[in-house]
Amino acid sequence: MSDITWTVDVLVMPKEGVNDPQGDAVRSGLQSLGFKTTWKVRVGNRITVEVTAADETAALEIGNQMCQQLLANPVIEQYSITAKPTGGE
Amino acid sequence: MDGIRSVAVVTFPGSNGDHDALHSLSEDLGFESHLVDYRATNLDAYDAVILPGGFSYGDALRAGAIARFSPIMPAIREFAAGGKPVLGICNGFQVLCEAHLLPGALLRNKSLQFHCFWTHIRIENVESSWTRDLAEGVLLRLPVAHGEGAYFTDAAGLAELESNGQIVARYANRQGEIDDASNPNGSLAGIAAISNVAGNVVGLMPHPERATNSLVGGEDGRRILQHIANVATGSITVFV
Repeated sequence: MSDITWTVDVLVMPKEGVNDPQGDAVRSGLQSLGFKTTWKVRVGNRITVEVTAADETAALEIGNQMCQQLLANPVIEQYSITAKPTGGE
Repeated sequence: MDGIRSVAVVTFPGSNGDHDALHSLSEDLGFESHLVDYRATNLDAYDAVILPGGFSYGDALRAGAIARFSPIMPAIREFAAGGKPVLGICNGFQVLCEAHLLPGALLRNKSLQFHCFWTHIRIENVESSWTRDLAEGVLLRLPVAHGEGAYFTDAAGLAELESNGQIVARYANRQGEIDDASNPNGSLAGIAAISNVAGNVVGLMPHPERATNSLVGGEDGRRILQHIANVATGSITVFV
């Protein structure tokens, strides 16, 4: 089986317990708009990367390496990764 | 070279405190100072290295995250590993954290605002290469100018900083007391500056290079930057 292109979808979020003043500001904005039942908002980054890999496991591992080395800062952030064939359903 | 200390001020794409640092070091303190491009790969000619403030790589992803991969970084690592003095100011502090030359990270200011005003910091560690002839508890008046200056590490990381004496300075009020009102950004334990375990690499959020001339409102920055003169005499010691 030859390598194909995968879209690796990375979601980076502030860790639990790490202050997220951006999330707090969005929460107070939502409450001002009348969303009175809004208690907690966290703001993070979504990053998509197209890579060539043999299979989903290999694509996820590339994403994991990217997160470890650059896309996330493990001191303050956690991340999750999914991978799908690029252009596929 | 005896007696002449040569200082490298690294210019990253997006640095904006590099010329301030150069001017302060050359004109106000009289050190031989040079801007060194981020593509340089050798720092052998220098006795001290300063990573200046600014917005390297436009703060893309996280402040300092991309600068860490600059061609000059291996030379900075080598310089630091050799026990020579490295000072990261503001964005330079962020770069040193991202490069793991210092522990922890700098988060967005608690207020979400960019803060640009004078602060007081209290010197807590007088063994670092950049504070060693100051008295413990001395109060310095220095300006801050940052949007992401809230120092963070986890509970174990903070305990380690404290037991190793790596907290170099904390924000304080005019009386030298550490209180929340004097903490401009929500920094953990009021931390304004930390060092590595050896003490030769220091990250400092306020700007000493913007306070070395009474014309700009203060001269306390000299008391940090003058430590380059100590390196001159070869008196640098590595604390391990």
